[in-house]
Amino acid sequence: MDRIGPLAARLRAELGPDRVISDRQELRTYECDGLTHYRVVPALAVLPRDHTELARTVRACADAGVPFVARGSGTGLSGGALPHADGVLVVTSRMRAIVEVAPDDERAVVEPGVINVQVSRAAAPFGYYYAPDPSSQQICSIGGNVAENSGGAHCLKYGFTTNHVTGATVVTPDGEVVRLGGRAPDTPGYDLLGAFVGSEGTLGIATEVTVRLVRAPETIRTLLAAFHTTDQAGAATSAIIAAGVVPAAVEMMDALAIEAAEAAVNCGYPPGAGAVLIVELDGPAAEVRAQFAQVTALCEENDAFELRIAADDAERALFWKGRKSAFAAVGRISPDYIVQDGVIPRTALPQVLRRIGEVSAEHGVRVANVFHAGDGNLHPLVLFDDAVPGEAERAEQVSGAILDLCIEHGGSITGEHGVGVDKARYMPRMFTADDLDTMQLVRCAFDPDGLSNPGKVFPTPRLCGEVPGRRKGTHPAQEAGLAEIF
Amino acid sequence: MTALDELTEPAKDDDAVAGVPARLVAAPTSTAQASAVLRAAADAGLAVAFRGGGTKLDWGAPPRRLDLIVDTRGLTGVVEHAAGDLIAVVRAGTPMAEVREHLGPAGQQLALDTSEAGATVGGTVAVSASGPRRQLYGTARDLVIGMTVVRADGTVAHSGGKVVKNVAGYDLAKLFTGAYGTLGLITRCAFRLHPRPGAEAVVRAAPPDLGAALAAIRAAQVVPSAVEVDGETGEVAVLVEGTPAGVRDRAATLVRILGDDAGRPHWWGTYPWEPGGTGLKLTAALSRVPALVVRAAALARVRGSAGTGVLYAGLPPDTAPDEAADAVAELRAAAGDAGGHAVVLTAPAEVRAGVDMWGPVDGLALMRRVKQQFDPDARLAPGRFVGGI
Repeated sequence: MDRIGPLAARLRAELGPDRVISDRQELRTYECDGLTHYRVVPALAVLPRDHTELARTVRACADAGVPFVARGSGTGLSGGALPHADGVLVVTSRMRAIVEVAPDDERAVVEPGVINVQVSRAAAPFGYYYAPDPSSQQICSIGGNVAENSGGAHCLKYGFTTNHVTGATVVTPDGEVVRLGGRAPDTPGYDLLGAFVGSEGTLGIATEVTVRLVRAPETIRTLLAAFHTTDQAGAATSAIIAAGVVPAAVEMMDALAIEAAEAAVNCGYPPGAGAVLIVELDGPAAEVRAQFAQVTALCEENDAFELRIAADDAERALFWKGRKSAFAAVGRISPDYIVQDGVIPRTALPQVLRRIGEVSAEHGVRVANVFHAGDGNLHPLVLFDDAVPGEAERAEQVSGAILDLCIEHGGSITGEHGVGVDKARYMPRMFTADDLDTMQLVRCAFDPDGLSNPGKVFPTPRLCGEVPGRRKGTHPAQEAGLAEIF
Repeated sequence: MTALDELTEPAKDDDAVAGVPARLVAAPTSTAQASAVLRAAADAGLAVAFRGGGTKLDWGAPPRRLDLIVDTRGLTGVVEHAAGDLIAVVRAGTPMAEVREHLGPAGQQLALDTSEAGATVGGTVAVSASGPRRQLYGTARDLVIGMTVVRADGTVAHSGGKVVKNVAGYDLAKLFTGAYGTLGLITRCAFRLHPRPGAEAVVRAAPPDLGAALAAIRAAQVVPSAVEVDGETGEVAVLVEGTPAGVRDRAATLVRILGDDAGRPHWWGTYPWEPGGTGLKLTAALSRVPALVVRAAALARVRGSAGTGVLYAGLPPDTAPDEAADAVAELRAAAGDAGGHAVVLTAPAEVRAGVDMWGPVDGLALMRRVKQQFDPDARLAPGRFVGGI
């Protein structure tokens, strides 16, 4: 039965023909997000212009029983915005209004398509900024940040999206509009907003988001320290944290990542470095002065062979340019690569890096390491050449082995990129069947028909009509041929 | 002898929740045992409430029915403290004071202020209690990084983990934080920790214009850990923490704005009501805090975190029920005008009977659906939460 035809007709009638794309060629634009090796052309794409149109789109999908997937800027790295072949892709990129900047409330209200960095730009004249800063902040959208609970280099000190979103208007998968949280803190009732942020588009779509604005720091000081080995850089990081200093950011790159960054953006890092650390401190001037002296001494004590202190904003930007362009930069030294995202307790860094080195050597696959050292969030870049038979498979094996290492050390399979379609199969390695079943109770409350971004996050969908309790034997969805356990 | 008989004791006279007596009490000493207790309670169809130190057991509406109290005071201890990773895993029944003592020698802290002696980790998280320093460190929702819970049917579930940065799966811990025990029993929490600052200073004064003072503090580069206000004395007190040099410098800035460098006032971090009184939590958008303080102070004793928009208001125990109801209505209107809410946390029975403790709540239909999924038979703290959940 064709559900898409009548749905497209309804949406064209309700929203206007220019909001709906059904031409297959045009739809190909949207076949993937930042994780390009998964591609699916959606049956339909809808580009609502405002809150009302977005709510009507979801309502129409709910009425027709057609699955939908939200997409912001499409920069996600876990396939969270991978379209559904028989579903609607709801694209929020036309919803770019900054509704309000309220410095006296330390809040801004924005539409989901607003670009992350634009929020800070709008708040800057008032002496405020929006703290979560994913490396893609020049293009990624706030709606996508909310879906993924995006992090960034500065979440070591400032936390993640979930700590900076105080309210959202959400269209739930049944087409109802609900206000979660607000401008004031601690809204009574369940923290549904806390559950919504980071739910990867599986609990509905935000049509408006209220974010916290943070006072722009009085002083920022940035240090670039070069070490011969990653172990030394790791030890310096541990020493800084042990001294009671919480830097705004502590980022590390290894030799291969440095090589890639040099090739791409000429960042001019110290030659011969086996690892560089970028340590950034921000806050009141006297506070930063005192802590910066401490950090510099600790880097020297841990065998940094060169220290550079950014003299001005331009030099700071250059330090960061190498780091923020690292993912794209490895394209200069390898035809293909996998961006991995895992987390370990920071103190396990030396061990885990050694193991990654061994696994990389065993499989004959190079791994460049870039990571948020302060919070143990690794971004190994697994390099391969798809043209060489078997190399892609070997890269996949290395990539998977890295996630296993993270789990083994009590960490996580994703620190900021999300589970999406890419890591659903790893979820049972990190969580028990009961854990996953419990999470899906939330899913059933929001989306009993499983229309909102189905097939993401959870390897096995829960049938929402199930009587809660222990399941015996195979899952009914499996028996019915609706799902596979990977 | 049924499982229930083995796992529970008959209740004593003081085993009651907000005035409703229980028949049975269980005190599990492990998550597995808590799971067995809840499974047995499910089989018997019992209504269950959870109790830690009991310091806030009277918060929330009285339960519609109650058979069993599950007491967490056997679930104690810091399971793990990884100082190098700034995290700790703690059992729910552990007193907050014990956590402080455990972390102190390592120069670390769980940055959750609690004012009541005996308050436990689980209770603090379950009602999402917070104090002055939420300004800098956030609340339980920001500090909990992992949680183990037992569902109404006895199923044990974990979410999050032991690393601060983690986006694998839904953040169930946020849902359970502040849920007043209506979704399940929290048996352990993993927290992110903070280093204990090397120095601190409190600057305080009674400014002639509260709004102007708060705006000046916001505009200054002092990164306060807390900005507290007290309606009775008219005082504003600002806490700064950090390195000795940094604190000196910032305290000097605050003295220029406010006045005295004088240490914590006697009212710091305490609720403005006595036992047996009526206590409310009022929230506001930041710019409306001064107006809310003025309006609320005319009706009640007011105090709280001006820097975050969270205030507390108290009425004396001898307030007549109809007067209390009028005051609640006016405070609720004032908080509403300030862009926030007014929730009655605690009140004597005769006042409770005449007020809606939670007030209007957005998203209630969705909250009911969440409750229905987690506790389909409505046996966990029934009636204690918003909208009679």
